[in-house]
Amino acid sequence: MRHLISPLDLSTDELKEILDLADRIIEHPEAYSSVCHGKKLATLFYEPSTRTRLSFEAAMINLGGQVLGFSSADSSSAAKGESVADTIRVISSYADICAMRHPKEGAPYVASQFSSIPVINAGDGGHNHPTQTLTDLLTIRRLKKHFDGITIGFCGDLKFGRTVHSLINALVRYDNIRFILISPAELKIPSYLREEVLDEKKIEYKEVHKLEEVLPELDILYMTRVQRERFFNEEDYIRLRDSFILDAKKMELAREDMFVLHPLPRVNEIATEVDQDPRAKYFEQAKNGVYVRMALIMKLLNLEVPVC
Amino acid sequence: MLNISGLQKGIVIDHIKAGCAMKIYHYLNLDHMDCQVAIIKNAKSSKLGKKDIIKIDGLLDTDFDMLGVIDPNITIDIIENNQIVEKRHLNLPKEVTNIFRCKNPRCITSIEQELPHKFKLTNRERGIYRCVYCEQKYKES
Repeated sequence: MRHLISPLDLSTDELKEILDLADRIIEHPEAYSSVCHGKKLATLFYEPSTRTRLSFEAAMINLGGQVLGFSSADSSSAAKGESVADTIRVISSYADICAMRHPKEGAPYVASQFSSIPVINAGDGGHNHPTQTLTDLLTIRRLKKHFDGITIGFCGDLKFGRTVHSLINALVRYDNIRFILISPAELKIPSYLREEVLDEKKIEYKEVHKLEEVLPELDILYMTRVQRERFFNEEDYIRLRDSFILDAKKMELAREDMFVLHPLPRVNEIATEVDQDPRAKYFEQAKNGVYVRMALIMKLLNLEVPVC
Repeated sequence: MLNISGLQKGIVIDHIKAGCAMKIYHYLNLDHMDCQVAIIKNAKSSKLGKKDIIKIDGLLDTDFDMLGVIDPNITIDIIENNQIVEKRHLNLPKEVTNIFRCKNPRCITSIEQELPHKFKLTNRERGIYRCVYCEQKYKES
């Protein structure tokens, strides 16, 4: 039985298999509308997350399955002090697969150690969010057709942004990937990622402070939110935030085939005027999240792929 | 140089990072054993500048490799008839349980007390251990 706890749990071949299946689902959604008939997905959300939970639920419903679960720790047995291990043992007898979000890092891993059904990590604190990574990979591959040789810019909060860390970890497995890391000095990628991943694997990257100067080089721009609370003082925040806001004027510097992604929710880091630009793909990215979760559920449940 | 008499038969735990001797003393439960133990702190070392040394009178049946987790530079000398008969360098274990605790306040182990504190060796050259749950690197405080 397989679980998905970290994006690196999947080999590049398995990843390809899931992304290929997601592509086929996008082409022929009707062919997959009852492959999960009679199956149940438990969504165990110990902290609120509307988007990810609904995306999982939509995925299971699209496959003809059903969903059950809770959407906050208060409405679960955790409020009575039940351990993750005990909860998953019980849920294993109610559902066929589960998606777990938990504010504590490693909780889905604990669940996977005691579960008799596949566990999908739907986000554990600031640690992993593998289905967001799958969503990002599917979107990049659909837009660029491959991963090899692309230059991807990450902009904003690169220190605390788990989606950025996971995506970097997943992409370094492909050839000739190049990263441009655009952030204020306070929010640069953590040293472990620089030393143990980028330097160790000899990945080409550069760190810059201005979005404008690197926009023409990018194939993909992955935006993240620069949060006010990450700064020591308001002055620094006001001084720095504009460098990391994408607007229509900055988009003029980018190539015609550069695409903008964002894990959402966005606040003000992408001006709404950019939404009209055909290169803005963040809403398409959110939609891809449902398809890739459908593919993942099928893969973890070992379901046969219908012939289209 | 401080002189502590030699051992007829015993173990010398050498090249301990200065200040870490007591941690090893407690880890090996030496306070609960009958054997004589000498702890030398801040001894001069050409390699480390300063080091701690523990001399144990008598042989112990224990997995010394675990000490590598606390300090990978440690060496173990086995003494018999006043002679070093074996000099052991430590092999870092791939996984350790309940040797140290994860200090990440966001880790699941911070709220679920019954979970074992497990760490995996992720970089042998640099002796880096990471929590199996949250992957936080273990750091000496």
